[in-house]
Amino acid sequence: MTRSVLVTGAARYLGGRVAARLAEHPDVDRVVAVDIVPPRLDLGGAEFIRADIRNPVIAKIMDAADVDTVVHAGVIATPMQAGGRATMKDINVIGTMQLLAACQKSATVRHLVVKSTASVYGSGPRDPAMFTEDTAPKHPPTSGWAKDSMEVEGYVRGFARRRPDIAVSILRFANVIGPSIDTAMTSYFSLPVIPTVLGFDARLQFLHEDDCLDAMQMIALAEDPMACAGVYNVAGPGALMLSQAVRRLGRPAIAFPRALLGVAGRSLGRAGLADFSAEQVRFLTYGRVIDTTRISADVGFTARWSTPDAFAAFALGHQLTPLLPAFAAQRHETEQGVG
Amino acid sequence: MMTQARILSFDPDGPRRSRKAGSRTSGASSAAKDPSDSDAGGSESGMDLAARVGGAVDFVRRRLSGDYPVDEFGFDPELLDTVLMAPMRPLFRSWFRVEVRGLHNVPDDGAALVVANHSGTIAVDAVMTQLALLDEHPEHRHLRMLGADLVFAMPFLAELARKAGHTLACMADAQRLLAEGQLVGVWPEGFKGIGKPFAERYKLQRFGRGGFVAAAVRTGAPIIPTAIVGAEEIYPKIGEIPVLARLLGMPYFPITPTFPWLGPLGMVPLPSKWIIEFGEPIRTDDLPEGSADDPMTILEMTDRVRETIQQGLYRILVDRPGVFG
Repeated sequence: MTRSVLVTGAARYLGGRVAARLAEHPDVDRVVAVDIVPPRLDLGGAEFIRADIRNPVIAKIMDAADVDTVVHAGVIATPMQAGGRATMKDINVIGTMQLLAACQKSATVRHLVVKSTASVYGSGPRDPAMFTEDTAPKHPPTSGWAKDSMEVEGYVRGFARRRPDIAVSILRFANVIGPSIDTAMTSYFSLPVIPTVLGFDARLQFLHEDDCLDAMQMIALAEDPMACAGVYNVAGPGALMLSQAVRRLGRPAIAFPRALLGVAGRSLGRAGLADFSAEQVRFLTYGRVIDTTRISADVGFTARWSTPDAFAAFALGHQLTPLLPAFAAQRHETEQGVG
Repeated sequence: MMTQARILSFDPDGPRRSRKAGSRTSGASSAAKDPSDSDAGGSESGMDLAARVGGAVDFVRRRLSGDYPVDEFGFDPELLDTVLMAPMRPLFRSWFRVEVRGLHNVPDDGAALVVANHSGTIAVDAVMTQLALLDEHPEHRHLRMLGADLVFAMPFLAELARKAGHTLACMADAQRLLAEGQLVGVWPEGFKGIGKPFAERYKLQRFGRGGFVAAAVRTGAPIIPTAIVGAEEIYPKIGEIPVLARLLGMPYFPITPTFPWLGPLGMVPLPSKWIIEFGEPIRTDDLPEGSADDPMTILEMTDRVRETIQQGLYRILVDRPGVFG
């Protein structure tokens, strides 16, 4: 069977890479990649159309290309990427609504894949140690990307009810990390001195960028889209404590009382160094681990990089040199282990 | 011997090496006339010291470079066994002189749910039970405890609890741990038990909603009713200051004969003699299908566990020679 795929958010790293990968795949006829700004990466065989998903032109593009699979990777994570929080929310929420409206009218779409995030679970002291897809969030996110993603998922669920004939897959990814991707998390760990929360040590989980792409590709190209309809958690197996991650980088950490980290973080955030939104500070306090049993049982997907391996690949790829000299030897061993 | 070695086991071969060294020395003493043999013994002990220092250096280096595993709950077994439990061991042996009974009732492997009475103003009883199973049980089992959400909201306590392997008392976590075959500990009286006045010592408080029993029934794990005697007397709570408790966000602010009058000195626990008795396991795998969703079965089972612990407490108290042994 041949496919025609629409990928949104193609100007950014994951959207662009997944568009290029799908275009290379023999089962795929045509990949239409859209975004508001031109892509930074080479999209390979994908056709790029500069379009704003917030207006109805997206429906015309879908009709013209006979799109049967839509990969929605267009939810923006940080205000910096959009040029302000208001624009970011607009692109995320209104953009999704327009895209869903277009899908609802379409006669050809069979499968919608939405890239979401595990941050929709929020994080706090009353949460179970691991979130399954059915865990009700006890501390739902109140701002930023996480809240947008929660609203996006809400609209997507509504769409799935209105068009039960279209398979809808929502992928909740743990923090994507790796040698090439830049996210709020990678810039946090690239700080020369890493601020942490006094008296707390968050449990972190990472997903290697290539595993993220593999998961999206595997779901998007599934033979039977209905078999992989639903919500799936995706993360690298295992967990790292924040303190442990910082030690593995060989960088110094300073612990701030939680209230102070918010204040200090905002100035760092304004300087464009890292994201210290309220949501991020909560995450760095309580952490979050998700259960990935469902995607491996139902779809057969298992991440190739465990959480510690993905983190090591990130440190190596971003060439984060240890700033504490005693660890130079240790890091060398780790590098060999990864290679 | 084994437990002695565990305290200093910065290197994984610790216990094995010390046993080997012991047999070697006895061999050398039987052939004491052979000078080469005694020489070998001397260099062996030198090597042993070097190995131990090397082990300690290696341990510190591993810790500082983050090169150790933790599980999804944040449990760091290496840190627990060597660092967190180190200050608790003298308290266990010399201060409370804990006598552990019925260890054979705790399975060598596989899931089980330890249910015990809670007392003592602060949760020292839980830590001592954990240490009893870690040091005295032949399989050195880790007890994964279920704690109140308050624990995970408090700075430092939250971090320590996670690293020591504990998690939130909720159905999802209890079931996940039992399904993994872990030994899980629960103190169903919660703050009602640990913060009760001294006059009510050894009277079990209400046992929550029986969620712990449902988790055990669902996973077929046996329940081990456990009676802890001695913990009631460490900080006899004779009153409380509700205003301070509200101010500090604590469930209660205790007054004991020594606290807060003597300041930090008042935080030294009284050296009562402790007895921890693990009772006969109550099976849950022979219940009919769907029992976990039958409130009657769960409530009856909860009562049975509570009764067993209460009877155990009374029995031990009658035998006990005195509060301080």
